[in-house]
Amino acid sequence: MTDMASLMEDRAAAKVISDNLRKPVDWDSPKIARNIKKRYAAERRFKIYGLVAICLALLALCTLALSIGSKGYSAFYQTYVQLEVTFDPAVIDPEGTGDPEVIGRANFDGLIKQALRDRFPDVTSRSEKRNLYGIVSGGASYDLRERVLENPSLIGQTRSIWLISGDDFDMLNKGYIDADVEEGSRRLNDQEVSWYNELVEAGAVEKQFHTRFFTNGDSREPELAGIWGAAVGSFYTLIVTLALSFPIGVLAAIYLEEFAPRNRFTQIVEVNINNLAAVPSIVFGLLGLEVYLNVMHLPRSAPVVGGLTLALMTLPTIIIASRAAIKAVPPSIRQAALGLGASPVQTVTHHVLPLAMPGILTGTIIGMAQALGETAPLLMIGMVAFIVDIPGGALDPATVLPVQIYLWADSPERAFVEKTSAAIMVLLAFLVLMNGLAVYLRKKFERKW
Amino acid sequence: MAAVSQSAMTVESSVEKPKMTARNLDLFYSENQALYEVNLDIAEKQVTSLIGPSGCGKSTFLRCLNRMNDTIDGVTIKGEVTLDGRDIYDKRIDVVQLRARIGMVFQKPNPFPKSIYDNVAYGPRIHGLVNSRDELDEIVMTSLERAGLLKEVKDRLQSPATGLSGGQQQRLCIARAVAVSPEVILMDEPCSALDPIATAKVEELIDELRSNYTIVIVTHSMQQAARVSQRTAFFHLGKLVEVGETDQIFTNPKDERTKGYITGRFG
Repeated sequence: MTDMASLMEDRAAAKVISDNLRKPVDWDSPKIARNIKKRYAAERRFKIYGLVAICLALLALCTLALSIGSKGYSAFYQTYVQLEVTFDPAVIDPEGTGDPEVIGRANFDGLIKQALRDRFPDVTSRSEKRNLYGIVSGGASYDLRERVLENPSLIGQTRSIWLISGDDFDMLNKGYIDADVEEGSRRLNDQEVSWYNELVEAGAVEKQFHTRFFTNGDSREPELAGIWGAAVGSFYTLIVTLALSFPIGVLAAIYLEEFAPRNRFTQIVEVNINNLAAVPSIVFGLLGLEVYLNVMHLPRSAPVVGGLTLALMTLPTIIIASRAAIKAVPPSIRQAALGLGASPVQTVTHHVLPLAMPGILTGTIIGMAQALGETAPLLMIGMVAFIVDIPGGALDPATVLPVQIYLWADSPERAFVEKTSAAIMVLLAFLVLMNGLAVYLRKKFERKW
Repeated sequence: MAAVSQSAMTVESSVEKPKMTARNLDLFYSENQALYEVNLDIAEKQVTSLIGPSGCGKSTFLRCLNRMNDTIDGVTIKGEVTLDGRDIYDKRIDVVQLRARIGMVFQKPNPFPKSIYDNVAYGPRIHGLVNSRDELDEIVMTSLERAGLLKEVKDRLQSPATGLSGGQQQRLCIARAVAVSPEVILMDEPCSALDPIATAKVEELIDELRSNYTIVIVTHSMQQAARVSQRTAFFHLGKLVEVGETDQIFTNPKDERTKGYITGRFG
């Protein structure tokens, strides 16, 4: 009975220790009091550190939001100028055909210029005239054409019409150009400022909500540039990314967690996936450039290539998040299913996956949000191009929101400063929306179980 | 020499018409041997209890009986386990079907996070045992009835199973196992997470189930083994030390170690 003998020995040893413990403790001694005081102080300090950290983070967030908001909010408004425009039949439709094609080809730009000359008749010299035409944006003629095509009865009439102003004029109206500084160091000369003042006095200058910003593609003219092209590009890119990385990522995670044998090979795979998550995104861009463009000859600047590249980047994130979520499903659920005679695949699809779904979705959306904000890899595959048209599909040339921000931030015109901030606001709004969706999905699925 | 004397002993205590048998069963977790030459017969429509100190291999042995050890990496099994005379470790045996024939109830109640109804209906559904909704309803009701749970839950079959009390959850797990009409039910310390009242109910239930099913139960409670089982097997350090009629084991153990354990001198 060696079991018994060892048991006796253990008991003897335990007795010696418990005798030492029996010495009474003086809980009121100064040493203990000091110790308690120190402990409380440490706790207070720790609390304060935490508070300071949170305050710093909030301060940084507020500074960011304030600086972007204060710079960007004015981009949602645009200056309009009211002019008396004569819809001269001789210019629009000299033969009176009423054919939309003829009207569409007419020189509406000339009508606006005529209206400006009529408004300020004393302008005569060539350079002065060029400045004068700058009051109204080059895009205003498209508005006029739309108007006439919609309502041909306008031809022959004279109407006062609000026309979108040029960017310098807009900047002056928004106060970004200071009329008080010396003439040589501002973009508008004294004469232009006097035209502005005259128009303001006549009540012919107004700020209106700038819907174009949300519906247009990019443009060289700041007042015509919009975010919609980039937003659609981002949308197609993310769709491609999601369609690829979600199924591949989840399946890889399921295989690694539930089916793969634990051996050297799977260990290497695991280490590599974790490393991939830390690879700088521009490296994925180079990979995309080499593989998708140079080898596979996919279209340049297209969301499909951007999506493929970002999918590579998002995969490790999704795999890691999904594995964590799958690992968190209690093993007792798997045992219960297996014990009932469910096959391993049934166990996964009926029980493990539904329980892991909130975590998987959260990880996926965070990965998507990361992809939405990614610029570097897209620069490598040509999504940095200046694209005016709104992409009609994943194969059309496009750009994405963060690249659009980069492009605008790089533009020299003063008016692009506010556009840049406004685009950042739009991007952040999308990110908040996606994260909100992640929280919502998590809550929804959690409640169900 | 020990092997010889042990196998002699099991032959001596083997039963007339065993439902399941284990012959020369060795089990290794990677390098560590957890079971040594276990020879044990499980009698049909009886409760066999496996007792022994923690880590003695009784749960490991139980999981050999429905091949749940297959799911653990690095487990190797030697020897033979039969169900109705057929080796369950034969390559031609379908594990999925085997586990349907040999149900299992676990230590901690582990209902699926679904409704009470869906928990019981899950087994019949995946095995395609029913053709219609009515049939399924009937199976669910009968199973709950057998598990003594129907009265308590019949008004809230669609509410989540996780809202039940621990004892009710465990009986639900038994109902879930019963729903696939198994021939054998393995129970791995089914009452260790339950209070005495719930334990009494489950024990009563085990006694009733005996008329229809062959039951193997692992337990740490000697009293429970004495109350519910007809045969008792005592495991120690991975070896089957003694097996016999429960009365004989508790009143007149042949082995010194069995005697030491049941009288509480070690373990």
